[in-house]
Amino acid sequence: MNWKLGCVLIAFVAILSIVACQSDENLEFKRYYSSGALVYQQHCQNCHGTNGEGLSALIPPLSDSSYLRKNLSSLPCYVKNGLKAQITINGKTFEDAMPANDLSPVEIAQVLTYVGNSFGNKLNTIDEQLVQKSLAGCK
Amino acid sequence: MRNTLIIGFAAILLWSACKSGSDKKTLPIYGNRQPVTKTVDGKQVTDTIYQTIPPFKFVNQYGDSISNKTLNGDIYVVDFFFTTCPSICPIMHRNMLKVYETFKSTGNFKIISHTIDPKHDSIPVLKKYADKLGISGNTWWFLQGKKEDIYTIAEKNYLVAVKQDSSASGGYIHAGYFVLIDKQKRIRGSYDGTDPKQVDELISDIKILQAEPDQMIVQ
Repeated sequence: MNWKLGCVLIAFVAILSIVACQSDENLEFKRYYSSGALVYQQHCQNCHGTNGEGLSALIPPLSDSSYLRKNLSSLPCYVKNGLKAQITINGKTFEDAMPANDLSPVEIAQVLTYVGNSFGNKLNTIDEQLVQKSLAGCK
Repeated sequence: MRNTLIIGFAAILLWSACKSGSDKKTLPIYGNRQPVTKTVDGKQVTDTIYQTIPPFKFVNQYGDSISNKTLNGDIYVVDFFFTTCPSICPIMHRNMLKVYETFKSTGNFKIISHTIDPKHDSIPVLKKYADKLGISGNTWWFLQGKKEDIYTIAEKNYLVAVKQDSSASGGYIHAGYFVLIDKQKRIRGSYDGTDPKQVDELISDIKILQAEPDQMIVQ
C-alpha cells in the first residue's frame, strides 16, 4: 500500500516539475514577446507596418523567415547600428538605408523575439545573451 | 397572402435604407470668406468670395514644371514629406497609396506631395522614390521647389505646419495632414494621414466632391 502511494507521489512530482519547467520557458518567451510588441510599435512600426508588410520597394517586409534565420546573428547589429547595404527579401531587392536605433540589448532581444514570432515567422525566443554575443561581433 | 406582405414590407425597408444612404453630405469650405455685392442685370447680388490656393510653381519627379494652372479643373490632395523621413512619412504614403489606387484611373484627380527637404530630394531622388513606391503616370506628383516657397504654401495656404529642426529625427518636424482641395482651389477637408480611418474618410469625401456640380453655390 505504502509503496503504491510513494510511486504515485513520485510520478506526480515528476509531472509537476516537467510542467513547471515548460511553463518557465513559455513564460520567458511570453515576457520577451509582449515587451517586444511595445518596442516594435515605438521603433519599427512606422516604417515596417502594423503587419510587418513594409512599403513597396522602399521598406522591406519582415516576413522572410529564411532571411531572418540565415542572418540571425547579424540582426541585433542591424537593429542597433542601422543597415546600409543591398539586401534581398522575398526575392526582391532593397537598397535604402535603415536608421540606427538606440536600444538596450534586452530591448533588442525583445523586439527580435516579437518579429521572429510574428508575421508568419517562428524563430522561438531570441534572448539577451544571444543578443549580447552578436553585438560583440558587430562590424 | 402573408408572404406577399412580408416581401412588400422588406421591399419598403430596403428602399428606405437606400434612400437614407444616398442622402448627400456636403463638405465644408475652409478659410476666410468675404461677401461681395455686385450689380447683375440692374439687380444687387451678394456673392461670397472664398479663400483659395494662390498661384505657385514647382517641378515634379519627371522634371515637368507644375503650377496652379496645371491643376485647373482637378480635385487634388496635398501632403508634405521628405524621402529620408524615418518617422511618419512611410505611414502617410502607405495610406496615400490607398487613395492613389482608388482614384488613379479617374480623371481630374491628382495627389501632390511636396518635399520639405529640397536640398536632398532632387528630381532624380524623387523619381527613384516614386518608382520604388510603385507610382507611374501622372496621378501622383512629387514636387520640388524653392524651400521658402514650399514652407510658405504649407503654412499660409494649406495650413500644415513644417519646420527644420536638427533635434527631430531626420532633421525636420512636420504634420502628417492630407489636405483636400476642390476644383475651385478651396480647402474642403484636412485629414490625419497617419490614421487609416481618417484616410478612408478622405476617400469617401473625394467621391462626394467628384459628385458635386462644378458651380455649386454654398452659402
